[in-house]
Amino acid sequence: MKRIALLGMPNTGKSTFFNRLTGAGARVGNWPGLTVELLSARILLAGQMVEVVDLPGIYNLHGFSEDEQVVRRFLESQPLNLLVLVLNASQLDRQLALALQARHLGVPLLLLLNMEDEAQRLGIRIDSAALERALGVPVRLLSAKYGQHYREALAAIERSLKAHPALRRADRRALEEDQHIEQALDRLVQASVHAPVQLPPTLSERIDALLLHPWLGLPFLLLILFVLFQAVYALGSPLQDGMEVLLGEFRRSVLDPALAGLPSGLRSFLAEGLYDGVGTVLTFMPVIALFFVALAIIEDSGYLARIAFLVDAIMQRLGLDGRAFVMQLMGFGCNVPAVMGTRIMRSRGLRALTMLVIPFSLCSARLQVLLFITTAVFAPTTAPLVLLTFYVLSVLLAMFTAFIWRGRYVNREPLLMELPPYRLPTLRFLLHEGWRATLQFLRGAGGYIVLGVVVVWFLTHYPFDAPPASPATLAGRLANGLAPIFSPLGLDSLLAIALLFGLVAKEVVIGALAVIYSAGPDQLPGVLAQRLDAIQAMSFLLFILIYTPCVSTIAVIRKESGDWRLTLLAVAWPLTLAWLVSFAFYQTARALGY
Amino acid sequence: MSLPLSELPTDTVAKVVTLEVGQDYRRRMAGLGLRPGVAIRVIRRSPLKGPLQVRVGHTDIILRRSDAVRIRVEPMPQTRGVPADAAHPEVVPAP
Repeated sequence: MKRIALLGMPNTGKSTFFNRLTGAGARVGNWPGLTVELLSARILLAGQMVEVVDLPGIYNLHGFSEDEQVVRRFLESQPLNLLVLVLNASQLDRQLALALQARHLGVPLLLLLNMEDEAQRLGIRIDSAALERALGVPVRLLSAKYGQHYREALAAIERSLKAHPALRRADRRALEEDQHIEQALDRLVQASVHAPVQLPPTLSERIDALLLHPWLGLPFLLLILFVLFQAVYALGSPLQDGMEVLLGEFRRSVLDPALAGLPSGLRSFLAEGLYDGVGTVLTFMPVIALFFVALAIIEDSGYLARIAFLVDAIMQRLGLDGRAFVMQLMGFGCNVPAVMGTRIMRSRGLRALTMLVIPFSLCSARLQVLLFITTAVFAPTTAPLVLLTFYVLSVLLAMFTAFIWRGRYVNREPLLMELPPYRLPTLRFLLHEGWRATLQFLRGAGGYIVLGVVVVWFLTHYPFDAPPASPATLAGRLANGLAPIFSPLGLDSLLAIALLFGLVAKEVVIGALAVIYSAGPDQLPGVLAQRLDAIQAMSFLLFILIYTPCVSTIAVIRKESGDWRLTLLAVAWPLTLAWLVSFAFYQTARALGY
Repeated sequence: MSLPLSELPTDTVAKVVTLEVGQDYRRRMAGLGLRPGVAIRVIRRSPLKGPLQVRVGHTDIILRRSDAVRIRVEPMPQTRGVPADAAHPEVVPAP
């Protein structure tokens, strides 16, 4: 099979071109010897199947950032029919450097000058014939976003494929040695690019005067993120609820009757283990799709780089950056898409640290539990205060976690990034991103989530003759065994079982408590108020806020990081913190005589 | 007379003289068009000692103040208020 790779700097629209070229059929996959997954697709070009690979955006073929090393290793190991270099036409003054480096590789090369519409608006004229002559490779202008000249670009690719039928490997020497190209670059730019002496003041500059304003910048940032957050969850929650209703309806009308003849253990496994596990996965889908649409808006519009500019002063001290800030904030809706969102970070250390921090964001599932129990146990005047305490604590613990682990998971990426002009993302691109993220979630984390739900089901239902979640089940025995650990927190073994349930999804805790105390949803608040005093309730809630994230979050951390040690830490660290905080609170409160 | 980029007043065009940074960082800067000899202008500074926004050629870049300290620049005479892209990037051999 023939193979094409796309190469280019960040912010050149390379991925937009890739999407247009490959449609919806792209998948992420592993490559031999590479530490990161690359997006690739198989398409029909010039009558043949061609594999198209989207390489990470890099500034330099000879650099040592993770992405640059990945690109070099790929070019060393994978023979190509064609390397397509995508450059931003309005920034050829520096981007042609990559073309000068790439032409020594010995691989057939095609140059696509993307965003020609933007260059035209700025009054930049490009002499592509002069470029072709100077570089000795075909050059085409294109606007991948709006599709102008897309056909010509495609035809040029097909022509190159026909002209170079054999796969060729890049010259290793050309990858290793770093040429001095500054003077060649200046000559090339002078001969082929004609830019006006002074670029016209752009709309971006006027928007930035407001959005990057010294005092107004941060309030605008919070407002914009708040609006996006509300949009994602205001649209996502009803969809999520609708999905739950559908799943419940399906179970009542189809699944339960169908399983009626089976032995009770098997029936319970299929309905409460497997089906609920699959249901958990499905209910996440709407929120993940919407979340990635929102993220694509922030990233593709150019605002993400502005966020980095605005919050770096604070985040840098924690070993994090502006992207981590966005994910942490979005994590207050749901941790799962926030963890998936860390894939926009290129530094592994930064990604890992952010994944450790996100689960401390008080997600809406935990909020449900906290709301239910605070209203049940606390007076109406103190309940809001208790909730506020939890939000403050959530942020403090996240900062503390970053502070503790920033030495272990170091962000080696210096803050040196382009501030691209504001661009309006196309609807097509946004839908594409949402769809792709959802598919990746289903393929990648879905299995782990189902497995996690089944494990918790087994603990709380085995042996099958005991009532579910009763002290006679495995979970009950486990909770009894753990009594010495939980009693210093003022929690009995029944509450400990509920915590075990909470691993599936935090909102399950309420349902679990109802089962455990055999109380209906309307009686549960009364029962809780009877069984728990304020100090115990607070200790329980603190534990729920902090302890191990739900299996879905753990599953995506495992999937996204590919690192079991980090996953284990993401389980153990919050558990330890939860115990310590609850312990300190409970014992102090009791010692003070409350 | 040169000064660190971090101390260059906003909206003053200067010429980059030296980059006192490691080779890898220097490569990344070069990728963004920031190299000795080019004209540079500070557009704005983020509050709380945050990053700087600078303009080099047709590209806006953000970088931390701690890194800007290590870039030495020489203000160009009578260019206050003129955008960096107006001053022709004159090439001098790297030191």
